[in-house]
Amino acid sequence: MVNAAYAIVALPLAGFVINLLWGRRLGEPLAGWVGTLAATGSFVATLIVWVTMLGRSAPDRVADLNIFTWFPVAGLHANMGLLVDPLSMTMLLFVTGVSSVIHLYSIGYMHRDPGFDRFFIYLNLFLFSMIVLVLGDNFLFSFLGWEGVGFCSYGLVGFWFQRDVAAVAAKKAFVTNRVGDVGFLLAIFLMFAHFGSVNYSTVLGTLAQGHATGLMAGAPGAIAGTTATAITLLLFLGAIGKSAQIPLYIWLPDAMEGPTPISALIHAATMVTAGVYLMARTAPMLHYAHATSWVIACVGAGSAFLAATIACAQDDIKKTLAYSTISQLGYMFLAIGAGDYVDGLFHMLTHAFFKALLFLAAGAVIHALANRQDMKQMGALARFLPVTAVTFAVGWLAISGIPPFAGFWSKDAVLDSAWAMNKGLWAVGAVTAALTAYYMSRQFALVFTGRARWQEGNARSRELGANDEHEEHQSASPGLPAPSDPEEYPRDASWLMTVPLVILAVAAILGGGINFPTWHFDFLSRFLGPMFPTATSVVVSTGTKWALSLVTLAMCLIGLSLGLSTWKTADHPALEPSFLRRAWFFDDAVAATVSGPLRAASAGLAFVLDRRVVDGVVNGIGSALGASGRAARRLQSGYLRAYALGIGIGVVVILAYLSFRTGA
Amino acid sequence: MSVPGAWYLVLAACLFGIGATGLFVRRNILVMYMCIELMLNAVNLTFVTFSRMLNDIGGEDTVFFVLVVAAAEVVVGLGIIVAIYRRRSGATADDISSLKG
Repeated sequence: MVNAAYAIVALPLAGFVINLLWGRRLGEPLAGWVGTLAATGSFVATLIVWVTMLGRSAPDRVADLNIFTWFPVAGLHANMGLLVDPLSMTMLLFVTGVSSVIHLYSIGYMHRDPGFDRFFIYLNLFLFSMIVLVLGDNFLFSFLGWEGVGFCSYGLVGFWFQRDVAAVAAKKAFVTNRVGDVGFLLAIFLMFAHFGSVNYSTVLGTLAQGHATGLMAGAPGAIAGTTATAITLLLFLGAIGKSAQIPLYIWLPDAMEGPTPISALIHAATMVTAGVYLMARTAPMLHYAHATSWVIACVGAGSAFLAATIACAQDDIKKTLAYSTISQLGYMFLAIGAGDYVDGLFHMLTHAFFKALLFLAAGAVIHALANRQDMKQMGALARFLPVTAVTFAVGWLAISGIPPFAGFWSKDAVLDSAWAMNKGLWAVGAVTAALTAYYMSRQFALVFTGRARWQEGNARSRELGANDEHEEHQSASPGLPAPSDPEEYPRDASWLMTVPLVILAVAAILGGGINFPTWHFDFLSRFLGPMFPTATSVVVSTGTKWALSLVTLAMCLIGLSLGLSTWKTADHPALEPSFLRRAWFFDDAVAATVSGPLRAASAGLAFVLDRRVVDGVVNGIGSALGASGRAARRLQSGYLRAYALGIGIGVVVILAYLSFRTGA
Repeated sequence: MSVPGAWYLVLAACLFGIGATGLFVRRNILVMYMCIELMLNAVNLTFVTFSRMLNDIGGEDTVFFVLVVAAAEVVVGLGIIVAIYRRRSGATADDISSLKG
């Protein structure tokens, strides 16, 4: 039943086409159900393939299903093919699973939005592209999916494109990603130059065999260290862009302008993890590129720490989560850099659960408060939104690394491998874990406990009229779903939105069970282990693991209690220095160094090159033609006999020429 | 005793010269038209002469084509000239220059 893999790809595509052609006629909520069914069907197909795969022995678990040859050019045979192996299946299970849940949630969230069908068109196209990215059997086909998810991200961030901020954020996301894509493309070219192929099996398979026999130079499939470093570094540039790491992370916080289900699905659970997937996929080559591994680990740890600090001082409920996503993605890269691919993917899985959960819960809060996103204007919502509060709490404890929630196990595993690589990296990771616990507790305290500041906000805005700029901006946004009357008490959303929360909460509680470190419950390690080079597996003694675990846990608990106790009241300006609120001024620095010269350059191009040179050439051709025409019209005198004379002279000249030529 | 072929050629050249000169110097369209006919028939005469001198029927053949084309040309040309006479008092070629560039 491996052939069900075709259905995994085909169903979201079918959903996309149906909604594209008839979405408007299907309308709400039918278009949403079509999309949800397509996603769920894809999930079921993934389950079928996965179960089939589990029934086989480890070496037989790889299947390459060719669909058709995309383009054969000289030595390059690019196929559209699906590579079914434990790595792609692990990714697909959570991609399609989380996606199904979020599709369902979106039906509730996008209720009464004029772009309801457009939303699901994008959503299914996104899912299709993501599956192509994961399931493609060569770098080019994956790149197609890579660009596809980028495009859908653009379309969905700018979903409410009538709002200027959203349109700008969408462009920013798209352009920033292009920078990374240059790296990806160059890596593909380099790969083709070196291996003559872009297939995973050809490029990576031979390298993987090389590990087993310990071959380095001269043998078939061997690769020079510098080539491996160059290719992997370029791929990592692509990964940095897609997965929002330093220095290309700036697009992700802005991408929060999109609808919240999009933030949950694309900008937390799936698309942003594509970079991690790519690096895990190229693990056989990373094995030969130690420099790249170091770069990955350092960038990962740096992003984790930096983003965590920024998250401590954000007021927007979604921006906090966005910076938190950057931070958690940093953990994944830290694990990849440390050579612990399995735990990197493990953290990706658990993160997909709890971060999607947090975003969806945040979406429910925003929905209940009539599109308010400022946490300083929330508070005491636990009483009014019990389901949302409980599920959010699960996500909060999971991301804070509190046992037995999922995040604890994966974060612990990542930190263990960081310790094995470098103690400094571990320290950064551990401090980040404490910071994570702190800012998530801050968020929980601000949103769900303390005084009900949203009522004061209402009263104040009524008193001041439309003076509150922030609120004005929020409520003026067109296209946003307009839920309950803000005069009423906020309450939990319909079952369409709470059921996904509960499903994800259960996954966030139990998610750690898929790779339990002891008692032979390490399913994920055994499932994925054969995919990766064994030489780099992390060896840390059990005693050290316990010690590290306890230290990290203690730090997390301190962060947790600090966050909870401090943020019962909303006002602590000393704890939110402006450089953190402004994200270390990184965005401003980029704006100054990149946009400034870029604007000057484009102004130069527009007003000098375009006006003078391009317009000059165009106008010059036009006026030259006009002048020659004005000169030539004098020949057309209108005198019949002049024409006759012209013809006569012409005949004489031709005859003279002919006779002289024949005479000569 | 037959007339030598060269005389016919000289005659044809003279006719052609008269026609060409008339075409260039006269202003009346009708006269210009007659001059064109004169030139055409001069050419016809040349064809026939060469046809006889070279014992080749091809020349006389061509004359028929020239005659047919000339007849067709007369139909169109005279039609235009009549139309001009209707709209204007005379048919002086130099006055009809409204299509100049």
